[in-house]
Amino acid sequence: MRARAQVRVLPDGRRLHLQDGPIDIVLQALGAEDQIRRAHRTAADRFVTVLDELCSELPLLREQVRLGGTEPDGIVARRMFAAVVPYAEENFITPMAAVAGAVAEEILAAMTAVADLSRAYVNDGGDIALHIASGERFVIGMVDLPDRPTLLGSLLGSMTLDSNQPVRGIATSGWRGRSFSLGIADAVTILAKTAAMADAAATIVANAVDLPGHPAISHIAARELSPDSDLGDRLVTTAVGGLTSAEVSEALGRGSACAERLIAPGLIAAAALNLQGTIRVVPSVESPKMALSSGERSLAYA
Amino acid sequence: MPDHDAIRCDACPVLCYIKPGRTGACDRYGNQDGQLVRLDPHVVLDRAVSRGDSVVPFLERNRDWDGNIVSGPATFVTAIGAGTTYPDYKPAPFIISSEVAGVDMVTVVTEGIFSYCGVKVKIDTDRHLGLERNLVRAKGEPVGHVTTSEYGSQMLSLGGVRHLTGGTRDEGNATCETLLNLCNGKAAELTIDEGADVVVQAGKPPVVNGVVEERMRVGCGSATIGMFAKQWHEKIDDVVVVDDHITGVLSEHQAGKMLGIPETGIKMKGRRSTPGRYFRVAEPGTAWGGTKITDPLSILAPFNPKIAWPGLRLLMVSTTGEHHAYYELDDALRPLEKDLPDSLRLSVQRIKENCEPALSTVLFMGGAGGSLRAGVTANPVKLTRSVRDSLTRVTCGGAPVYVWPGGGITLMVDVSRMPENAFGYVPTPALVAPIEFTLKLDDYSALGGYVDRVRPLSSLLNDEGRRHVSARAENPWPFEDKSRRSQS
Ligand code: SF4
Repeated sequence: MRARAQVRVLPDGRRLHLQDGPIDIVLQALGAEDQIRRAHRTAADRFVTVLDELCSELPLLREQVRLGGTEPDGIVARRMFAAVVPYAEENFITPMAAVAGAVAEEILAAMTAVADLSRAYVNDGGDIALHIASGERFVIGMVDLPDRPTLLGSLLGSMTLDSNQPVRGIATSGWRGRSFSLGIADAVTILAKTAAMADAAATIVANAVDLPGHPAISHIAARELSPDSDLGDRLVTTAVGGLTSAEVSEALGRGSACAERLIAPGLIAAAALNLQGTIRVVPSVESPKMALSSGERSLAYA
Repeated sequence: MPDHDAIRCDACPVLCYIKPGRTGACDRYGNQDGQLVRLDPHVVLDRAVSRGDSVVPFLERNRDWDGNIVSGPATFVTAIGAGTTYPDYKPAPFIISSEVAGVDMVTVVTEGIFSYCGVKVKIDTDRHLGLERNLVRAKGEPVGHVTTSEYGSQMLSLGGVRHLTGGTRDEGNATCETLLNLCNGKAAELTIDEGADVVVQAGKPPVVNGVVEERMRVGCGSATIGMFAKQWHEKIDDVVVVDDHITGVLSEHQAGKMLGIPETGIKMKGRRSTPGRYFRVAEPGTAWGGTKITDPLSILAPFNPKIAWPGLRLLMVSTTGEHHAYYELDDALRPLEKDLPDSLRLSVQRIKENCEPALSTVLFMGGAGGSLRAGVTANPVKLTRSVRDSLTRVTCGGAPVYVWPGGGITLMVDVSRMPENAFGYVPTPALVAPIEFTLKLDDYSALGGYVDRVRPLSSLLNDEGRRHVSARAENPWPFEDKSRRSQS
C-alpha cells in the first residue's frame, strides 16, 4: 500500500508535495537545514499511513455525528470528530467535514514534535495548518474564488498572523470547491485555533450562506453526483445565477450571523464570506487582530 | 447504494463510486463512458469545459488564433495556450508567505484570465462627451466612467472588476463584451450619462453623436491666438477663438498687444483668467470648440460704445477651425454676419490643417497576479523581480508593454500593436489576454521555472491548428537583445 502514496520535493527545492488518493498536501518547514530535513522525513513517514487509517473506518466517518454516538478510533479520525461535534446538536454534520484540516493538523503535529521549526505550514487542498514559533509571523493573502484563481482580482486582502494570536488553522469552503456545499457562498474562509476546527466551521458557515427557495439556485442530491457522498440525498448546490445586491446581502447576512455565533464559544477567530464578489468579514474589519489590510505586502503579488 | 451506472475505482482505499462523466474524490480518476480512466491534465480541462467553467471560450479562441508570431526563420511563441496545468491541486485560497517566498497555491493556471483589467480609451476630441466621473454605458449597462481628460482628448476608463463581476450579470456581460470588442480592434457603442453617444474603435476616428470626429484642436483658444496672431494682424480687427477650456480674444491677448492691435471694446461673457483668456464662456457640449454654443454671438456682451466703431471686423472661430463666422458691426455696434473674406479663409484653413487626425486609441491594462506568475515559476516573486531587473521581458501577443512601477506586474499595452483576435473571454466574466515572459533558460531555472516542461520550439511548429501571424514591424522583436533594442 505504501507504494501508492507519492512524496516529492517540489522544483523550488523547499516544499514537499504529498499525495495519496484524494489527499494532496503541500508543506513547507522553516528553520535550520537539519531540522527541515528531519521535519520532511517525519512528515513523509506519518503521511503514508494516513489514508489507510482513515479508510479503515470510512463508513463511520461518513455518518452523521450525533451526541452520544459512536466515536472513531484513529488519531486523525478523532481530530475530525472533535472538530465537528460542537455542531452536531444543531446541524447535520459528518466527520468528513473536517477531514482535510485534520490531516493537515496531524502532519504538522508530527513535524513539530521532532523538529525545532521557526514556522511551518501544511496545506491540504486549501485547508491549512500553521506552526508559528514564538515571535514569528506569517503573512497570508486571500484570493477570491478557490477554483478560479484569477489575477489581480484574486487578492482580497492579506493579514499577518503572529505567534500571539490564537490562529493555527485556515480553511475554505464553497459550492465551487472540490467538496459539495449546501449553501451558495463562493468561498467562506475561516481562521480558527486548529485546521480541523476551521475546516468544520467553513462547512457550517458556507452552508448558512443561502437563499432557500431562490429560483436562481440549482441543486441536486449529492448522491446523484457522487453515490458514496456523506451528504447522501441532501441537496447540494450546482449553480447560482445572478443575484441582486439585496439578495447577496441577505444571504451573506445569514452566513455572517452564523459565523458571529461561532466566535463567542471560540469555535472560530474570524471568517471572510464571499458571494458573487461581495465580501463580508466577521468580526468586522475594525477588529485590530484580524484586520484585512490590503496595504500588507503579500506574496500573491510580490 | 451505488447506482448501476457508477463504477468503482480501486486505485486507493477510498474506493469511490464514480458516475459517468464524473471524477472520484481525488479528481485523478474518472468514469468515461463506463471506463475508469486516469485523467491527464487535458481531460481535466475537458471536464471543466463540460461544467461550463472558465476554460470554454479559451479553447474556442485557441482555434481562432494560437499565437505564433513568425518572422523569417525565427518564431516567437506567445504564451497563449501555455498555461501550465501544474500542480493540479485544488488551489489554496490562502497563500503563505515565507522568507523564501514559495507561494503555495494554484491549480490549472489559465494563462491570463484578467478579471481585474480594463481599457483606457483616449478619444481625440474637444467635444464634451460627459462630465468627469459620469457613467459610460453599453447596452444600457454601466461599463466604465469618464476620467480625467488629457490635452485635446477625452478619456474613458472602462471595465475593471467592479463592472465585470461586482454588479449584475448583465452589467458584467456588457462590460466583458465591450472590453473584448475594443481589445480585438472592433467598435464599441457607448453612451455617456448626461453626455454623448460615442462609437470608438482602436485606431479609428471616434463618432460623436453620429458625427465622425476628424480633427484634434491645435491648441486651446488662447494658444490658437498665440499661433495665428501674426496671420490675422492687419486683416481683421478682432478674433475670438471659442474653446471649451480657454477662449482667446486677440485684441486683449498678450500676442495681440505685442503686435499693437488696438482695443476693440469687445466684451466677453465668462470668467476672465488673464487678459484675453476666458474660462468657461459656455457649458461644455458638442458644438463650437467643445461647448454647447451654436450661436457664437451668445457669448458676447454688447460692445463698449466708447471704444468700438461701426464697421469693426470680427472673426469667431473654433479651435479646430470647423466652426467659424465673420461679422462686421453696424451703426448701432451690433455684429452682422457676413461672408468670410478670402484673406481670412486661409487662416481658418490653417487652423484646420494644424489639427491632427482625431483617433480613438485603446490601451489594455491588467495585472499579472500571483496565480499567473505561479504558472510561470514555482517562485512568482522572483518573476516579478526578474521583470523589474529587466532579465525578463514581458510582452502581450508579442507587443511591447509598459510595466507599471510598484508591486506586481501591472501592465499596459496598445491593443493595436497586438495580433488580431488576441483576446478572449471567460464567462466569469473576465478577459483572457496573452502574456509572455521571455528570459534566458538559465535565468528561468534560477527563478524556479518548470524547466522540465520546456519544449523546443521545433516541437510546436508542425502542430496542426497553430496559426502563424506576421510580426508587426513597429514592435521590437521579443527575443532581441535589449541593448540593440534601445538603439533602434
Ligand atoms: S477516484 Fe481517487 S480517491 Fe477515489 S478511489 Fe480512485 S484514487 Fe481513490
